[in-house]
Amino acid sequence: MPYQPEFLLRVYRTMKTIRIFEERCIKEFEGGNIPGFVHASNGQEAIAVAACIDLTYKDIIGSTHRGHGHCIAKGCDVIGMMKEIMGKATGLCKGKGGSMHIADFDKGMIGANAIVGGGPPLCNGAALGAKTRGTKDIAMSFSGDGSANQGTVLEALNFAAVLKLPHVFIFENNGYGEGTSANYALGCDSLAERNGAFGMPSEYVDGTDFFATYEACQRAIQRARQGEGPSSIEAETVRFDGHFIGDPQLYRGKNEIADAKVNRDCLTLFRNRVLAESWLQAPDMDAIDEEVELLIASAVQEGLNAPDPDPAIDLMADVYCSY
Amino acid sequence: MTTTPTSGTSSLKTYREAINDALRQEMRRDPTVIILGEEVSGGAGCAGQDDAYGGVFGVTKGLMPEFGRERVIDTPISESAIIGAAAGAANNGLRPVAELMFFDFIGVCFDQIFNQAAKFRYMFGGKARTPMVIRGTVGAGWRAGAQHSNMLHPVVTHIPGLKVVMPSNAYDAKGLLIQAIRDDDPVLFLEHKIMYDLKCEVPDEPYTIPFGEAAFPRQGTDVTIVAISNMVTRAIEAADLLAKEGISCDVIDPRTVSPLDEESILESVEVTGRLVIVDEAHERCSLAADISSIVAEKGFSSLRAPIRKVTAPHAPVPFSPVLEDAYVPSVDRIVNAVRDVLGA
Ligand SMILES: Cc1ncc(C[n+]2csc(CCOP(=O)(O)OP(=O)(O)O)c2C)c(N)n1
Ligand SMILES: [Mg+2]
Repeated sequence: MPYQPEFLLRVYRTMKTIRIFEERCIKEFEGGNIPGFVHASNGQEAIAVAACIDLTYKDIIGSTHRGHGHCIAKGCDVIGMMKEIMGKATGLCKGKGGSMHIADFDKGMIGANAIVGGGPPLCNGAALGAKTRGTKDIAMSFSGDGSANQGTVLEALNFAAVLKLPHVFIFENNGYGEGTSANYALGCDSLAERNGAFGMPSEYVDGTDFFATYEACQRAIQRARQGEGPSSIEAETVRFDGHFIGDPQLYRGKNEIADAKVNRDCLTLFRNRVLAESWLQAPDMDAIDEEVELLIASAVQEGLNAPDPDPAIDLMADVYCSY
Repeated sequence: MTTTPTSGTSSLKTYREAINDALRQEMRRDPTVIILGEEVSGGAGCAGQDDAYGGVFGVTKGLMPEFGRERVIDTPISESAIIGAAAGAANNGLRPVAELMFFDFIGVCFDQIFNQAAKFRYMFGGKARTPMVIRGTVGAGWRAGAQHSNMLHPVVTHIPGLKVVMPSNAYDAKGLLIQAIRDDDPVLFLEHKIMYDLKCEVPDEPYTIPFGEAAFPRQGTDVTIVAISNMVTRAIEAADLLAKEGISCDVIDPRTVSPLDEESILESVEVTGRLVIVDEAHERCSLAADISSIVAEKGFSSLRAPIRKVTAPHAPVPFSPVLEDAYVPSVDRIVNAVRDVLGA
């Protein structure tokens, strides 16, 4: 068996946790319990888990506006996350960040980012920190197909190649930047090829296939750890929900999402594969399903019960200069 | 002078509709006017509906179907390229209206604005014309967090070569945007995202409102309140509350912060002797500080009390609703500041 059952169960649990977390976020948003802009990553779980499952807390990831999955895959506490998304005082960022700004430095998660292309330059810095200090830690940035066209990302790719930084660039191509298709916004035929032109190994993978994505990430992570510099992975995937929760998604094809849920659901594909290969048994995964449901339900409950920040104290806490 | 049509119809329009109206009418009038930005139409290259967004706030909805993708251009997420293209096209026969979905994104394209477009006319000895508009949404209140809620007008008002327009209602929005599009210099047109659904009576015909002319939504003699953008609504609310106590406030809405109608502010303070400035930006190096210094310098002899500023605190905009609500200047704070300058 190429994969240990414990590993596969951990993968399944993490993917399922992201799925249920996102589905509950959608429900709680619609119920008025979550304010602001929330970008759900359901459908894209396999990439986050494949990329992060073998990282340590000393490895650094930088995420995007669609960052819940990356946070969970990197080990952030889902209860602290839910509280943060609800704007509560005991959230991971004390309610000051929200969905688009979750960070957990103890877990090596340096932030979701509401600025498209904000993360990759920062991850270069994290990689430079590791390289200069001579550790074997790596940095990993997440970008989207839309984000791939931001100047900061293109600069970061070249910069990483020039400085041979231990930085794995993950590009989640879900076909859309908001309501604009990736095919329209990318001037090239292949993002993977374009990234390769910066002078680093660059792969395309089917991001709904956990195993293919995991193996590509392993190659890139190993190169980074061995001092061989950056790599890029374009992982094609599907966004099951809107750009943001509440997006009417008029731009999507008629049966596109329904079809994708039947044919390209990374969780179903994973489950089918491990059952077909007899790597895991269904009851073990069913048990995880139940545990995850309970965990997320308790995260929501704790989120709802958590106290709001106190403006008299928290509004001006953590400013650099006070006036 | 405002060129309000004296005849013709008008109707209740939202701030969003008024801006859409201005864009549509100018695009009909002048084929060199184009729009470019992210999702200004939406649905580019997609299997579903075209014009799926019409801007994420729906402001440019319907323009692409009327004017086509050649003139209403959905761009990649590349703000430097968007603004640079607008500036370059403005030098080359077009009147682009570029959209920054959130004005916070000037962070990734500021060079093209302040060191390029803003400087062309002066730096090239008066030979360059850069008739471009950058529309962008500003302000807190949407629970959008620290990176999507900034009030950065003080940053751009500081730059010579930029005109900065901050309409506080639908009527002004339409007239000022038409003026902005016809202006031969770079104009930043900043729309407070809280105001998109606010309605007022707006003429159906095109009209312009000149830059540097304040509006006076309330007239009074006890205290001058200068308020910017969304804060005008709150200042009016405060003035109406105070009026019930017999306190008469002169509310001034500069409408454009560069150029700034200093004269109207100074004339008002000459009468009232008291000034409260309300702005959602932070106080340090802000428009509030700027107006305060102008009045302290040029209207010192009129002042009968220290100037009071009601601004956001010196902190990023917090996400949590309770914190964000405490962050944005409230009607209460304005009322208290007015009482304060009156010694009441
Ligand atoms: C600098 C900047 N420009 C634009 C936006 C608005 N915006 C937020 S997400 C997004 C689309 C991003 O697309 P992609 O990178 O493909 O990520 P996805 O949403 O598909 O996960 C846009 C345009 C932003 N937040 N920051
Ligand atoms: Mg995308």
